[in-house]
Amino acid sequence: MTAEMKAGLDLAESTVTEEFDEKTWDMVVSLGLSRQLTTGTTLLELADSGQEDIVVCTADLGRPTQVEAFGRRYPDRYFNFGIAERNMIGAAAGLAAVGYLPVISNYSFFLALMGVENIRNDICYPGLPVKMVGTHSGIAMGFYGTSHHCCEDIGALRTMAGLNLMAPCDGMAITSALRSLIRHPEPIYFRAGRGREAPIYQAPFDFRIGGSNTLREGRHATVLAIGNLVKAGLDAAETLSEEGVEVTVVDMYSIRPIDREAIRKATAEHGVIVSAEEHNVTGGFGSAIAEVIAEEGLGARLHKVGMPDQYSILGPPTHLYAHYGLDGAGVASAVRTALRG
Amino acid sequence: MPSRPLRNVSKDDLKEKARLIRRDTVRLTDICGSGHYGSSFSMAELVASLYFQFLHVRPEDPKWADRDRFLLGKGHAAIGLYPVLADLGFFPKSWLDSYTRLNSPLGDHPDVKKVPGADFSSGSIGHNLSVSVGMALGLRLKGSPARVVCMMGDGEQTEGQIWEAAISGAHWGLSNLIGIVDINGAGSDGDPQETMRTEPLAEKWRAFGWEVIVLEDGHDFDQVQDALNRALNGPGEAPRCVLAYTVAGKGVSFMEGTWQWHLGYLGPKDLERAYAEIQAGDIG
Repeated sequence: MTAEMKAGLDLAESTVTEEFDEKTWDMVVSLGLSRQLTTGTTLLELADSGQEDIVVCTADLGRPTQVEAFGRRYPDRYFNFGIAERNMIGAAAGLAAVGYLPVISNYSFFLALMGVENIRNDICYPGLPVKMVGTHSGIAMGFYGTSHHCCEDIGALRTMAGLNLMAPCDGMAITSALRSLIRHPEPIYFRAGRGREAPIYQAPFDFRIGGSNTLREGRHATVLAIGNLVKAGLDAAETLSEEGVEVTVVDMYSIRPIDREAIRKATAEHGVIVSAEEHNVTGGFGSAIAEVIAEEGLGARLHKVGMPDQYSILGPPTHLYAHYGLDGAGVASAVRTALRG
Repeated sequence: MPSRPLRNVSKDDLKEKARLIRRDTVRLTDICGSGHYGSSFSMAELVASLYFQFLHVRPEDPKWADRDRFLLGKGHAAIGLYPVLADLGFFPKSWLDSYTRLNSPLGDHPDVKKVPGADFSSGSIGHNLSVSVGMALGLRLKGSPARVVCMMGDGEQTEGQIWEAAISGAHWGLSNLIGIVDINGAGSDGDPQETMRTEPLAEKWRAFGWEVIVLEDGHDFDQVQDALNRALNGPGEAPRCVLAYTVAGKGVSFMEGTWQWHLGYLGPKDLERAYAEIQAGDIG
């Protein structure tokens, strides 16, 4: 582990050596790799700036989701529920009901899938301003297997009235999202990755509900992407450009509500749309795009890149991404197919 | 731990409030055509004592920050809570006439968005003790004198989430958190102890770090007052759980102690008989 990694992790007491072995998967090394999980540092910054009503809840995942530093500085406002996700969700609702601003930080598969009914009844229905950060979404947990993959959370949560569903694609996006939306009066679920994503943004931006960021423009096709697939879209655009194909890439970080104008613009310009997500293609982000295209009668053919409607095999995450075409090569291939009609 | 004074209310007045709960339960069930008689009748004395003796609330200011909270985990008994909230003036009594009718604020389960005085929604069994834990944490952090009371059912004790919440309430020493279990022996499929045994509950709650107060007769106002006073006013630094042994359908002879009236509907003849028994009854 490098000194730089250690410095970013408050690991002064750690016994981890400077030697970094990529094959070692102990927790500290794993934490060092998850550098895009900026939830904790951002919440610390917001609390330090005087937002005294922020409280943080987790279920024995304060370290891997990197919010523990908040608890060290603000122990009175940091609640670790142990492995009891549903209790945590209900209690976060209770904290919000008496005037606090709870942020839940937990793995997405336990938070959004195990806790789905609690999220619905305790947070969404009363419309409490709980902010949920579901990390390690998609197949980022690789060889941990199916129980730790989460390709269903968008589908489960997209049907919940009153819930905003956001997908910050890197650390800067998480920071931007929390800075922009921490005081938003409605519940929000932020679908984050494992934190090992390649950074996309160099500076914070105004993270808007219903917004999107166009990162590259081209005249042949549009890739509408979320999460890890934003990087895949940009990589694909680079490859395709060398072949004379110019692609627009949009980070559609607001899944619900979705940026309908961005979809209208894309269909008006190209008629060839590729949606890209690390989620089951059934009922996910691509389906949300399809709804807009169909409802508005937009003249475009949609090609969905995502997880097929089946449970993932296991393996190292990067190998899985290649296997399922959730990388630059996979998106480029989808664009080529789409352009062939 | 927080402690707040009791109001002096005569036993006769409390008995009349419990009669009001039972009468309106019968009347509202008649409006709806279906209702949870058993669960409402079993908690009538507990609810009357809580609202008219113990809880500090302001009907004219239902969201008063320092109010005591009452969460009805056994939400299907809301029909027994609405008459009390209306009687206190949280909402007009005329609302009761709309019970379960199209777009009424008053449904089978309490709704925090629609019912002034309802401190949280319920209906999904097992949720409200967790919400109460969060409220108790937040209120303590604010230095509020408010107490959080969560009324659960005995059937609800089979929900795993109850025990998650119990663990956390004890872990954080939430002395402003009070659980009440209405042990009326009636669930949808019969006596919960037959369906899935949870007794001995006293040992379980104690083992989970709560101070346990066994209320042997949840219909005797002297016992109820004593148990609730120990639960709401301490002393002690642990959360407290009142195990209230009650009778399902208490107050109407043919409903008492049966699970068949957990959910049902009285025909016209039995309706009059029930009203007469409630009026003539002298429970407490």
